[in-house]
Amino acid sequence: MENKLDGNAAGGVLGEIFPFEMTAAQITCVGCGATNAIGALAAYMHGMGTVLRCPACDHVLIRIVHANGRYFLDMRGARVLQISEETVQAQ
Amino acid sequence: MERRALPGRLGERLVWQLGDVLATREETPRAKSITLAVPNWRGHRAGQHVDIRLTAEDGYQAERSYSIASPPVEAPHITLTVERLDDGEVSPYLVDELRVGDKLELRGPIGGYFVWEANSGGPLLLVAGGSGIVPLMAMIRQRAAVGSNAPTRLLYSSRTFEEIIYREELEQLVTNSGSTGLEVKHTLTRAQPVGWTGYHRRIDGEMLREVAWPLEERPLSFICGPTPFVETAAASLVGLGYEPARIKTERFGPTGESGASGASGASAVPGGHDGE
Repeated sequence: MENKLDGNAAGGVLGEIFPFEMTAAQITCVGCGATNAIGALAAYMHGMGTVLRCPACDHVLIRIVHANGRYFLDMRGARVLQISEETVQAQ
Repeated sequence: MERRALPGRLGERLVWQLGDVLATREETPRAKSITLAVPNWRGHRAGQHVDIRLTAEDGYQAERSYSIASPPVEAPHITLTVERLDDGEVSPYLVDELRVGDKLELRGPIGGYFVWEANSGGPLLLVAGGSGIVPLMAMIRQRAAVGSNAPTRLLYSSRTFEEIIYREELEQLVTNSGSTGLEVKHTLTRAQPVGWTGYHRRIDGEMLREVAWPLEERPLSFICGPTPFVETAAASLVGLGYEPARIKTERFGPTGESGASGASGASAVPGGHDGE
């Protein structure tokens, strides 16, 4: 069975792609409208890539695959992504 | 190279870098702390983790996440505490093979959600299962280092007395905290020494009700441990009326390598990530 983790565990791969701390960004679910920090999502991580799901309704928000020198982000489950200017990685 | 971002500006993407192993310390028969000097470390917050990457001679790579145990005030040194999983790919190397003077590839700090800072306030309820203590210890150490008086309670579940990580340091911190309020409650789930006065069962709603702060104090909770442990603890706190938004969780896997490690979770993929 796939192990359920928190979105926090996806911080590394998201940090490869984005120049800010994405686990602190807020994301709104297309499925139920709930807004959560990415760090609070449910994360499933395995050899094929990373899947982030809504903790409220289990809808898939983001899929990330890294292959052949490219990152593929399927974000069809995310309605809005809010990134604060304060959410830079350096303190 | 400019490494420090200014507020309001974009930061930098995570890059792999090498840390030098300065010291190791046996915490329990299965857990070891590893102190690293990391050049250009940009500083971290209590609760954050790093990814560690090992590369075999044939190029095969394995990547795992490990929580930072040391408080931010010790930067640019960081300490990880790793628990060995016998069938793991990474933790046996880190616990048994790594030596002072070796170099270790890492990136971080990672995580902007499961973090505590002195101005986050309290009262704090920290709930740890096994090596889930590691990121919470960074919070407890930082709290002591900066002289925060946020009232703090730790409920810490271990299998046996010998497997309690940081046991003596926690006792000392409780003593030193005096009236500023750090309380530690242990539960031992598998075996208890003669005369044990702490809890002796898995964490449950009744135990949390006894340890938890009154709701009207609007406690802030951090829970870290294996996935089923975290789910039980979080659901129990919600059942007690705790605000879900003030309960932060960090799960790690019971089967995955990163699980055993005080880790903040499985990093994606052994071999599947080429990194840079």
